[in-house]
Amino acid sequence: MTVLVDTSTRVVVQGITGHQGTVHTRQMKLFGTAVAAGVTPGKGGTEVDGVPVFDSVREAVDATRANASCIFVPAPFAKDALIESVDAGIRLAVVVTEHIPFHDMLVMYHYARSKGTRIIGPNCPGIAAPGKAKVGIIPNVVFHPGRVGVISRSGTLTYEIVNGIKEHGLGQSTCIGLGGDPVVGTSFVDALPLFQGDPETDLLVMVGEIGGTAEEEAAEYIHGHVTKPVVAYIAGRSAPPGKRMGHAGAIITRGRGTAESKVAALEKAGAQVARFPYEVPEMVAAIAARQARR
Amino acid sequence: MVKLAEWRGKDLFRKYGVPLPRGQVARSAAEAEQLTRSGTVPLPCVVKAQVLAGGRGKGGAVRFANTPEEARAAAQAILGLDFKGETVKELLLEEKLAIGRELYLSLTLDRSARLPILIASAQGGVEIESVDDAAIARIPIDPFPGLAAYERRRAAKVLGVTGPAAASLDRLLSALWRLFQQEDAELVEINPLAVVGEGLVALDAKVIIEDDAGFRHPEYSDIRDDRTPLEEIAREKEIAFVQLDGNIGVIANGAGLTMATLDVLKEFDGNPGVFLDLGGTDDPKKVTEAFLLMAQAKPRAVFLNIFGGVTRCDTVAKGLVAAMDQVPPAERFPLVARIRGNNEREGIEILRAAGITSIPSLKDSAQAVVAAARGTA
Repeated sequence: MTVLVDTSTRVVVQGITGHQGTVHTRQMKLFGTAVAAGVTPGKGGTEVDGVPVFDSVREAVDATRANASCIFVPAPFAKDALIESVDAGIRLAVVVTEHIPFHDMLVMYHYARSKGTRIIGPNCPGIAAPGKAKVGIIPNVVFHPGRVGVISRSGTLTYEIVNGIKEHGLGQSTCIGLGGDPVVGTSFVDALPLFQGDPETDLLVMVGEIGGTAEEEAAEYIHGHVTKPVVAYIAGRSAPPGKRMGHAGAIITRGRGTAESKVAALEKAGAQVARFPYEVPEMVAAIAARQARR
Repeated sequence: MVKLAEWRGKDLFRKYGVPLPRGQVARSAAEAEQLTRSGTVPLPCVVKAQVLAGGRGKGGAVRFANTPEEARAAAQAILGLDFKGETVKELLLEEKLAIGRELYLSLTLDRSARLPILIASAQGGVEIESVDDAAIARIPIDPFPGLAAYERRRAAKVLGVTGPAAASLDRLLSALWRLFQQEDAELVEINPLAVVGEGLVALDAKVIIEDDAGFRHPEYSDIRDDRTPLEEIAREKEIAFVQLDGNIGVIANGAGLTMATLDVLKEFDGNPGVFLDLGGTDDPKKVTEAFLLMAQAKPRAVFLNIFGGVTRCDTVAKGLVAAMDQVPPAERFPLVARIRGNNEREGIEILRAAGITSIPSLKDSAQAVVAAARGTA
């Protein structure tokens, strides 16, 4: 196991017969992922792209030893899908579905945690380890096996930056797209120790966004626990300050959450902070070159 | 995010059992007079503009009346006011109560803790940001047991509510918690919560409902935040579209990439005006619609920055070319395209056939569009 997925990962795709489920099952297989099963209630006994479809996650797990799920089911049913996979013994669930109400996600997160299941997402591109496995929807073309770990709150911006790393002749160990929703199953602080402890990762890229305080908390964690070099980028420096959660939200964040606050916290923690996305691969390449000389 | 006007929030309070002053909504001065004359709203009363922005008291959007004639005059003075960009169309008339202390209560989400949080302070009636941290209690709530009795007692202690009012507060807190969960609220706030005699009364109500929960709350679908007509069309077509001042239109996919694109444009002194986030789509028609919408916003130049994942580059290119055919020559604008990612080669080829060059570097393409908007390209 590198970071959460490797060649022993066997994926069950929940919502496999839907359009996105079908398209990305194929892409995950092309990536080299063992897609063991699919689930769509009522479609058991059929196949999608050669993958057997079951009526329930329990049946899929019993028949195929699937150990990770990738959830594409529509938002109104996503909570149930997640609970079903937790109850079937799945310990890694990537929730791609967007627009899940946060009240549902609170239940999903705390239920999963109580049973020892890690959620990545929701509204996320998922996780990929080039040459090993991909659970989610990150385009295969951006990857190249290597030693850069990537953790991001964004979707397409992640692809942009990961692709940039590849174009600089480097590759990735594992890339996790955490998702940008208010409540996420795995935060920067949850993901950082996995990469710090991963022998296949030499340096880390963190892609954040304005809003929330996840980057500030990550900076605190980096300061105390991360010895590998970190390159960070925060999107939204030019955006007007948001008032999304109103006064009560301001009480919780107390001046944090802005681009300035995040950049300052990360720099204080020793991270190199890029001002623009295209600077990230340049910084990464410079660090990698120094590491290679050692 | 659906922000509810005070009277709508109070309708919810009533439904869940949060005590309120007696009151009624009026939409004309005559109606305000009639409501007070008939005793539906007892006198003296307060007449409050139903706008979403705060600071109504200081801004002249709240008045008092002792007689039906005064209620009429107050209504006349407030209706039609332009209050921080909103026109006052509705009033809430409520009995004026003899209030004691003013308290603060809210329920919202603590994203970092991944828990709902109850915020309570004995210093209500002022902006909560101005209250000293030490005077604010933050009580995280586990969604499974919900707001527990001991947590409600803790809130009562913080608020200094004892005796018969404590029982009232306990019921009120349970009601607020049910409302927060069952209505899919992002925020439920009472400021001030007034001590009136031996009871409590919510003098204001701020409720924000989460957009994503719309599938189980069709009742909120007709309430709209302030949107421009183009933003409204975009919403119907499920395209994220934001109109601000500025002359460069940006079409990108994904919030992070859209924000990063704006950051880069600003760096090169560009002035982005309209942002359009295509999100994930594999329907060229949606891309065409997005483009035609952008054309209606009349930008000086447009920057198309797409990283193809779910949204493939060839889909975007096809939709774009179809849209360009539909824009009358007089309304065309300079276009700078950058398409990368899934099916990049096919997309670039489709654009090239239509005479559009895709610039691979973000830096170069951003500079090109800034120059085009200035007319120096």
